[in-house]
Amino acid sequence: MSVSGSNSRALPWALVTPALAWTLLFFVLPFIAMGFSSLTAHEGGGFTSANYSQFFIDPSYWRAMVNSLEVTAIVTVISILLAYPFAWILAEMVPERWQRLALMLAVLPFWTSYVVRSYSWLLVLAQNGVINRALTGIGVIGEPLQLANTRLATVTGFVHFFVMLLTLTIFANLKQLSPSYRKAAADLGAGPVRTFLHVVLPLTLPGIMVGAFLTFVLCIGDYITPQILGGNNELVMPQLVMMQIGRRGDFPLASALSIILMAVVTIAYLACARWLKIERA
Amino acid sequence: MRAIVRLAAWLYAIAIYGFIFLPVVVLVLFSLQATSFPIPPFTGPSLRWYQAVLSDARLTSALVNSLLVAVLSSLASVTLGFLSAWGFARFVLPGSAFLRGLITLPLTVSYLIIGMGLLVLFNWAGVPKSLVAAGIGHVVINLPLCFAIIYSQMGDHQINIERAARDLGAAEWKVLLMITVPVMAPAIFAGFFLSMTFSWDEFVISFLLTRFETTLPVEIWNLLRSGLNPKTNAVGSLVFAVSIVLVVFFELTLLRRKPA
Repeated sequence: MSVSGSNSRALPWALVTPALAWTLLFFVLPFIAMGFSSLTAHEGGGFTSANYSQFFIDPSYWRAMVNSLEVTAIVTVISILLAYPFAWILAEMVPERWQRLALMLAVLPFWTSYVVRSYSWLLVLAQNGVINRALTGIGVIGEPLQLANTRLATVTGFVHFFVMLLTLTIFANLKQLSPSYRKAAADLGAGPVRTFLHVVLPLTLPGIMVGAFLTFVLCIGDYITPQILGGNNELVMPQLVMMQIGRRGDFPLASALSIILMAVVTIAYLACARWLKIERA
Repeated sequence: MRAIVRLAAWLYAIAIYGFIFLPVVVLVLFSLQATSFPIPPFTGPSLRWYQAVLSDARLTSALVNSLLVAVLSSLASVTLGFLSAWGFARFVLPGSAFLRGLITLPLTVSYLIIGMGLLVLFNWAGVPKSLVAAGIGHVVINLPLCFAIIYSQMGDHQINIERAARDLGAAEWKVLLMITVPVMAPAIFAGFFLSMTFSWDEFVISFLLTRFETTLPVEIWNLLRSGLNPKTNAVGSLVFAVSIVLVVFFELTLLRRKPA
């Protein structure tokens, strides 16, 4: 597109340079700095690959990655299984004029502060919290259950957040679906179950994959929920990273662990992207 | 059979609503606790913990800091995002796709890693931890968001309005201020609003990059060290109330205008 005026060459660059400079200076450069840092020794400096080999040698570090992947996989699957029927009910069974309100209510706690939301689950799951009091009160259990500081607590906190997120994305997906697909399936003699399995589900699958990927990325990189609800019994990668900074000021090791974590996310992205492409073809 | 399915569906929906609201209800209910532990039985209602929050200088100054960082970093994000979106949408630039990809790249990286990178860089460059450092981090996460929102809304019909203005003799800066900004106002406002909420709620970058003066989520985090405490419930409920007001305001002002 040509623009009149003598400044037509300089103007576009003047517009985009500040944003590009910001990204280079405070996103790309820190990344390079982190890469360099990860290759230096914590004590005495000098180049070394020890920070990376430590991850592969030390089983407790390795274990944190396995925990991260397990928790993320469990959270992603449970969240989708819970959110899909819920979004479907909102999109199909709630009258049109109430849908907006129903959806807004369903994601209202989304707007509480993230830290506070995890803390709220601690109130529910604590030794003398709401669930334990209720269960002992009606006599189901004699002794309070250990619910907080477990993997179950971490998963619960995560699932709560991602059910809301996925309900939003899946709802949007279902609403975009043209009703003529279902009418066609019905005309051809398919019952509601068959229509769902062979028409609606495959058509919403790409959307589910996007939601699943979003869940994966946000879940595996999160420090708050595992730290507040899971405690220190079973560390995940972000906790391990923060621990290197907090307790020992070991920036090189923290950098190396961050880069490993990012590499895993990137691999997942590439795998996911390929899968999505196959779906579309 | 159909009736049973319908009943099951409604029960399921109610159960999910219950799951979604359980922690929030518990949070708000026990913020009104009269005694010192936010656990059953409920002893309120009492406003003593709200009083405790509002008279806590650390929390109130953290709240002011949070608002300051949120407003300023969002202004920076939306300004940089808007200018670059306009540049990329209206002019043919060499390597445009690559550069656009570069600007949106931070969206795919977790906050923890962005914060870590800035921490390592600032540590190496001798930049002290401060609210400004955290604000810089917030612009890194929100600039791509503002750019993506505004860029995606720059359609062809807006180009024509701008062309008309230029044909009528308007200078480039006049087109920008009197045509593009007003036409793009909904997208600009949406970008600003989203940036505000993300900055307001952001924890890990602020945690890594601030020290003495800090933001509200970090201060709430510090409160958590004292275990379950109705004061944390009260400050959490207040933050929730602020967000709800913002969301309802956003819903009523921006989204309602769309069908018209």
